Amino acid sequence: MGLEQKLGNMGVVTMTLEQAVNWGRTNAMWPMLFGLACCAMEMIAAQSSNYDVSRFGMELMRASPRQSDLMIVAGRVTRKMAPVLRRLYDQMPDPKWVVAMGDCASSGGIFNNYAIVQGVDEVVPVDVYVSGCPPRPENLIYGIMKLHEKVRQEKITKWK
Amino acid sequence: MLNPEHVKKTVAALQEKFPETVQEVSEFRGETTVTVAKAAIAEVCRFLRDDAALDYNVLTDLAAVDYSPEEPRFAVSYILFSMSKAARLRLKVLVPEEDPEVPTVTPVYINADWYEREAWDMMGIKFAGHPDLRRLLMPADWEGHPHRKDYPLGYEEVQFSFNWREIDAKKPYAKE
Repeated sequence: MGLEQKLGNMGVVTMTLEQAVNWGRTNAMWPMLFGLACCAMEMIAAQSSNYDVSRFGMELMRASPRQSDLMIVAGRVTRKMAPVLRRLYDQMPDPKWVVAMGDCASSGGIFNNYAIVQGVDEVVPVDVYVSGCPPRPENLIYGIMKLHEKVRQEKITKWK
Repeated sequence: MLNPEHVKKTVAALQEKFPETVQEVSEFRGETTVTVAKAAIAEVCRFLRDDAALDYNVLTDLAAVDYSPEEPRFAVSYILFSMSKAARLRLKVLVPEEDPEVPTVTPVYINADWYEREAWDMMGIKFAGHPDLRRLLMPADWEGHPHRKDYPLGYEEVQFSFNWREIDAKKPYAKE
């Protein structure tokens, strides 16, 4: 698996705690089962066997915010939904990340009107924005890969 | 197949029973609209439902309309359907802007409950006697009624490269 080459003859791997923990975080990042609109269909497709996001340690969508560390905001967020979204975010244990999936979650998309939040970053802090209307599953997975890159570079002093 | 004969019969029956109340009868593409006086709408609905010969037993839809800048500004239209006679009839009530209040039809058609709440929420038409007139779609603390024509449609300017920074500076980003 590649590990054998690193082991050498000693049977020991050395790495910093920072690297080890970040590696663990990226490879067991459970997203929350939370779809808001049409983007949720693509999120479901990304989860299912054709695209299979569980290759990257996202084995299953947790239906409870208390068991998840990644919130994929899949779809448009209405002003009525915004407090609910924030509450779900607050219920997630640290460390937690947010992916704004699709144009609507990122900027309001085509719904520039009174009812839709113009970008979910007004409600929760967003780590990665994925463009597309809706983004294809590959696109979402690419966004998640970018998030993994970000998480791998997190510093021990900034951990939560 | 719908039954236009039954609609004609209904209009005649309404004109006979409520000569004062029926203000106007119009037909457009085979759809008949009867404009009735505001105060009598519940009474008219009850007559149309309970009269065995007419038998309008379904309220298909209830919607509010904003005819701004015409006077009177608003209208509420009730689309009735008779299952047994296969006939559709539209009742219309004109509502002035200064007093947007209509008697409720919930005692007659129970499904008018949420329709009337929606009309109140989106158009700001009060339904006197409604059992629970709260907002249906918008948040409970929302101000204004979004489907009125004078309600501002958008609320954020579109970001282009030339005004991106300006709008970005005003955006209320969430902090943790």
